Amino acid sequence: MYGVTQEQLDQIDALIVSDLIGIGVHSVIVVDVAGNVIAEHDDGKTDIQVHAFAALAAGNFAAVDAMAQLVGEQEFSLHFHKGEDESIHFSKINDDILLITIFGNDVSLGFLRLKTTEVIDKIKEMWQTTEF
Amino acid sequence: MGFVNVKKQEVLVKLVYYGPGRGGKTSNLDYINNKFKERIKTDMVSIKTHGDRTLFFDFLPVDIGKIKGFDIKIQLYTVPGQVKYNATRKLVLKGVDGLVFVADSQVEMREKNISSFNQMKENLVAMNKDIAKIPLVLQYNKVDLAEEGVPLLGFDTMEADLNSEIKVPSFEGSAVTGYNVVNTLKKAISLTMVSFKKELL
Ligand SMILES: Nc1nc2c(ncn2[C@@H]2O[C@H](COP(=O)(O)OP(=O)(O)OP(=O)(O)O)[C@@H](O)[C@H]2O)c(=O)[nH]1
Ligand SMILES: [Mg+2]
Repeated sequence: MYGVTQEQLDQIDALIVSDLIGIGVHSVIVVDVAGNVIAEHDDGKTDIQVHAFAALAAGNFAAVDAMAQLVGEQEFSLHFHKGEDESIHFSKINDDILLITIFGNDVSLGFLRLKTTEVIDKIKEMWQTTEF
Repeated sequence: MGFVNVKKQEVLVKLVYYGPGRGGKTSNLDYINNKFKERIKTDMVSIKTHGDRTLFFDFLPVDIGKIKGFDIKIQLYTVPGQVKYNATRKLVLKGVDGLVFVADSQVEMREKNISSFNQMKENLVAMNKDIAKIPLVLQYNKVDLAEEGVPLLGFDTMEADLNSEIKVPSFEGSAVTGYNVVNTLKKAISLTMVSFKKELL
């Protein structure tokens, strides 16, 4: 069992809101490889079943990672699914934790990638998961 | 790896139903889903084949109320039982907090129960989990078939096959009638919560 301190969660929340929701991302979910939701934010207009989404996202990420290894890659560090109106972007914060963003056509993939990389760097800086 | 969220005052717990193909893992979750409809706010997620075999996992989140001010959210998963899906089973086991092993009581399933159980142990070892420490409950499923005259292994044989070394709680059950489905789940939850408390000390 593990946890993250109140302070760490506050910092992550602030960062997600300012740097991702702030640029027009519809929804952000931070999830661990077990499928547990660590943090979630949306723009107030988006309604998804977060826990089910997290379980599927963690499973999907793990499956793609396993495929990477089968073709001789350590990992595919970025996963991206493009839809007509909504797209999903996955990236790794560390070996155990993923950052997932759901966004529409008004946000360009390039800008989103830049922003998620920044956010991940900032989170890494301030955040060590605390083992109980 | 149960996750404690101090901010939202919640604890997320991952319970995985493991066992041989067609043993009744998905049926356990179906029963729980129907029985506790009012407490389950999300639809059950099932990634399955056209023939209703689990392809990746089933997922069902159940809120069980508060312990010491924390909302306890139990996230139930099943693995795909078919032999060929072991790579997938390992993925589903990631971060597991507690396990229910669903064995099939039919005489002809004896070997499949044992090999699935042994593979579960191997998979746990590969993840650095100790089978002696992880919360685990056994369910000997499909005992309702006795009434149809189907030959069953019987409790003692199944205990000898699966539970002679580890000695964990075990139940005869029927995922179709619901017999002991909830008891199995409750036992697995309580064992898992006890192990969390130990970790917290
Ligand atoms: N008679 C009887 N049949 C059961 C019981 N539990 C499950 N079944 C039947 O057994 C078959 C397989 O059940 P599932 O719940 O799909 O089995 P599973 O363990 O999820 O199988 P996989 O997804 O392939 O791993 C179905 O036809 C069920 O109706 C039970 O307690 N009694
Ligand atoms: Mg199944």
